[in-house]
Amino acid sequence: MIEVRFHGRGGQGAVTSAELMALAAIEEGKYAQAFPSFGPERRGAPLQAFLRISDEPIRLREKIYEPDIVLVLDPSLLATGGVKIGLKPHGTLVANSAKPIEAVRGECGFEGRTALVDASLIAEEELGVPITNTTMLGALLKASGLIALDSIKGPLDHRFGKIAEKNWKALNRAYNETIIEE
Amino acid sequence: MARRVGLEVSLACAEAVKLCNADVIAAYPITPQTHIVEHLSELVADGHLDAEFVPVESEHSAMSACVGSAAAGARTFTSSSAQGLALMHEMLFIASGLRLPIVMAVANRSLSAPISIWNDHSDIMAERDIGWVQTFAETGQEVLDLMLHAFKVAEDPRVCLPVAVNLDGFILTHVIEPMEMPDQAEADAYLPPFVPSQSLDPAAPVSMGMVGMPEVYTEAKKAALVALEDSYPVIKEHWEGFAEQFGRSYKPIETYRTEDADTLFVTMGSLGETCMTAVDEMRQDGKSVGQVRIRLWRPFPDEDFMAAIAGAKNLIFIDRALSPGVAAGPVATEMRALLYTKGKNMFTANFVCGLGGRDVTRTDFAGMLAKVEAAAAAGNEITCEMVGVKE
Repeated sequence: MIEVRFHGRGGQGAVTSAELMALAAIEEGKYAQAFPSFGPERRGAPLQAFLRISDEPIRLREKIYEPDIVLVLDPSLLATGGVKIGLKPHGTLVANSAKPIEAVRGECGFEGRTALVDASLIAEEELGVPITNTTMLGALLKASGLIALDSIKGPLDHRFGKIAEKNWKALNRAYNETIIEE
Repeated sequence: MARRVGLEVSLACAEAVKLCNADVIAAYPITPQTHIVEHLSELVADGHLDAEFVPVESEHSAMSACVGSAAAGARTFTSSSAQGLALMHEMLFIASGLRLPIVMAVANRSLSAPISIWNDHSDIMAERDIGWVQTFAETGQEVLDLMLHAFKVAEDPRVCLPVAVNLDGFILTHVIEPMEMPDQAEADAYLPPFVPSQSLDPAAPVSMGMVGMPEVYTEAKKAALVALEDSYPVIKEHWEGFAEQFGRSYKPIETYRTEDADTLFVTMGSLGETCMTAVDEMRQDGKSVGQVRIRLWRPFPDEDFMAAIAGAKNLIFIDRALSPGVAAGPVATEMRALLYTKGKNMFTANFVCGLGGRDVTRTDFAGMLAKVEAAAAAGNEITCEMVGVKE
């Protein structure tokens, strides 16, 4: 079982990205759970969303305390201290940042495997808005191989309808541009 | 053919109501039940469900509208939570007293104050004595399945009682997970159209909701009591029928690794799965531990429970609600009374946990077991302890 914690701000779609991953994994025949940090939503406030994907049925309803992967949608959250909490030393950080790896490591304090992409730039150019949730899924898939890239297409189409294509393009661009530092 | 789908559990609950072809839905939105009624409202507005959606101004009105529509012979659904359920309180007794087969999904949540929108069982535990059939779901699949079962039981002419299906707020309602979604033909084969035993019909008038003078009130209450007790074999029968048709089986009391276990956890609702995994881990550490899950809360299945715990030495009752001024939580209080009346003398512990959305983890269960082992060895009962209180 792989556990993922998403860090974003209210309105950035962290919950949606966890949901899309779970739906895609379920389509693949896997087991998955996606859930928000329970509570009222406040735009702009830091929030978390959670994802479990497994080949076996998942019999756990507790929150995720020691994620295998942490995904950060908003660069401003990297330096706030919460990102590396519980992240397994051999886990992976997947981050949206325009900065070089050393700077990101300096900000968040995580020295392990890190996948980086400038998702804000890609989202601005491909979607015209700084909403990075679908873009960052490209980085997550590149860094983790949790599910096949094409598996996310169905849930993306279903969720976004007419603007799915733009999101798919942004996701693919992020997939290609993500740099992984072991 | 059933399909394997990924769905938020609230939406699955609403889809189940659609599969059941509800005629009337009267509800008022309240977190964390909101997605259930939002989705139903959508299904009705978009023409996917041919039902009357009554957007009432309060939960008291929701249950009042449900009473009226069920009395008129309509298949009736509502859903609520916490303060909303509490606001329904007086109408809940009327629904069961009039023997109306209303089905309600309760997205379990704590009661204010302090204001809390998060999960525990204090809402439904305050409604234990409403005379409804009450079941608890542990997973999204179970929510879906128990909804179909709820209408089947409620409308059975041998029962004619309202049914509440409990699903933990957020911990179930807001989670996306995989489940098998039956198709309409399969649902129809299990749940035929509602044929009321009697209904409000100007062409064939009947009176409902009459005054019960002291000469008849006791008898009416006795009849309602017997009706609830007698629903037990029908509840089981319809779970057996469900298993035959859908291949998923449900029991009033579920057990996990109870054979040869010295100590059993007794849980309800969504704690079930985490506790199960905790039991697996404790077994790996050589602990003699198992688990009993209460699926049917009302009518309480005494004999099933006694059979499930027959081989155990120690019981750990998990409560997700308080019963202030009494020595233990509601589940422990009732179960200890049951053990006493059955002449069973054994070590019991009661832990109250998961109040107002506090997470309950495998580590918590391991901690409870450690305390129980120490207390049992010393011969001290753990009357009631609140887990993880910051003092």
